[in-house]
Amino acid sequence: MSGARRSSVAGDALAQIGACGLFLLQILAAVPGSLRHFRETVRQVWFVGAMSLVIIMTCGLFVGMVLGLQLYYVLSIFGGTAALGTVVSLSLYRELGPVVTALLFAGRAGTSMTAEIGLMRATDQLSAMEMMAVDPLAYVVAPRFLAGLVALPLLTCVFNALGIFGAHLVGVSWLGLDNGMFWSNMTASVDVWKDVINGVWKSVAFGGVVALIAVFQGYTAPPTSEGVAYATTRTVVSSSIVVLALDFVMTAFLM
Amino acid sequence: MTQQRRSYQIGTGLFIVLGFAALGYLATQTTSVANFSQGPSYTLEASFTNIGQLKLRAPVKLAGVRIGSVESISLDPSHLDAVVRLAIDQRYDEIPDDSSASIFTSGLLGDQYVGIQPGGSPDMFKDGDQFVLTQSSMQLEDLIGKFLVSGSPPKPADAAPPAAEEKH
Repeated sequence: MSGARRSSVAGDALAQIGACGLFLLQILAAVPGSLRHFRETVRQVWFVGAMSLVIIMTCGLFVGMVLGLQLYYVLSIFGGTAALGTVVSLSLYRELGPVVTALLFAGRAGTSMTAEIGLMRATDQLSAMEMMAVDPLAYVVAPRFLAGLVALPLLTCVFNALGIFGAHLVGVSWLGLDNGMFWSNMTASVDVWKDVINGVWKSVAFGGVVALIAVFQGYTAPPTSEGVAYATTRTVVSSSIVVLALDFVMTAFLM
Repeated sequence: MTQQRRSYQIGTGLFIVLGFAALGYLATQTTSVANFSQGPSYTLEASFTNIGQLKLRAPVKLAGVRIGSVESISLDPSHLDAVVRLAIDQRYDEIPDDSSASIFTSGLLGDQYVGIQPGGSPDMFKDGDQFVLTQSSMQLEDLIGKFLVSGSPPKPADAAPPAAEEKH
């Protein structure tokens, strides 16, 4: 009895994953068609990217400042405060930048994508589009997916830059580290390809995953207010889990 | 409507430019790319018996000031020495030609760099010149090994003196 129920729960989870994968293929098939609605993609980049700048920049600044403060304290135990710039930049580029930005992005942009598409479904706008021979996958879903793919790496770079600025603010302007030491130790040990570009690859993957989960949850949400609310919650929960798990896998591969 | 559409397009454009500007800044100003010497430079050669952990693009310093970087490292097949080519900024073209080059470590565990001690010769180094005096990198393992050998009274030493006396 309970075995049957457990297998149905596992079956549900597998079916969700499978449906999500198939949905990704559908989106990719719809991408060429969405190029006709290129302006819609631009509008989505504006909406999920440019409108998220304020929260990303504020959080980047504070994350950088906290890193500067904490690592200064730890490094001062070993007399290694000169390495502050190196440690802050490496931890931002390799881990914190892509991951924290992706989590913020899921909360700020992913939820709005899910709610918007879910309400479009609930108010029959998607059916109306189909009636007018407009493919909702090409006009609604694919532009949002592409926008996530484009916007998250750019947001991550802004986050990293603000984080470095915050660490510099705390370390150099406030705690009195030497400015030249901060920068020269950083430039001596940070590599463009291994650190900066690998972080960008990570954020491209996270952008795709978060946007995919958001549009999938919105597109398949039950057309009720409860269904949309539940789908929005699931977007945040599952994209956070997937981002953190994928981060581990990608780190293992990109090392 | 058109006005509104235009404004978000400009905003999106600004966002994309800002993102790429941030990427460009991170990639060029905070990484080892920033260490590529910008201006014209000239090349000096130095051969060492051991370069330790010296890497390409490691800094070359005189009196602690960065004046260039390591351009290439190769093995001289006839002398079995490491030949290090140093690219020195053209600005610093008044280095006496009897200066010596050594390999130092910044801090106890830091990266290694080439340090130049200026000599007193009236003639200056020219492009392609070679350092006559060089000092190889100090190997921490060797130092520890020497310290361990000389520091502890080893048992064979107790046994050795009688043997030596017999020989006399």
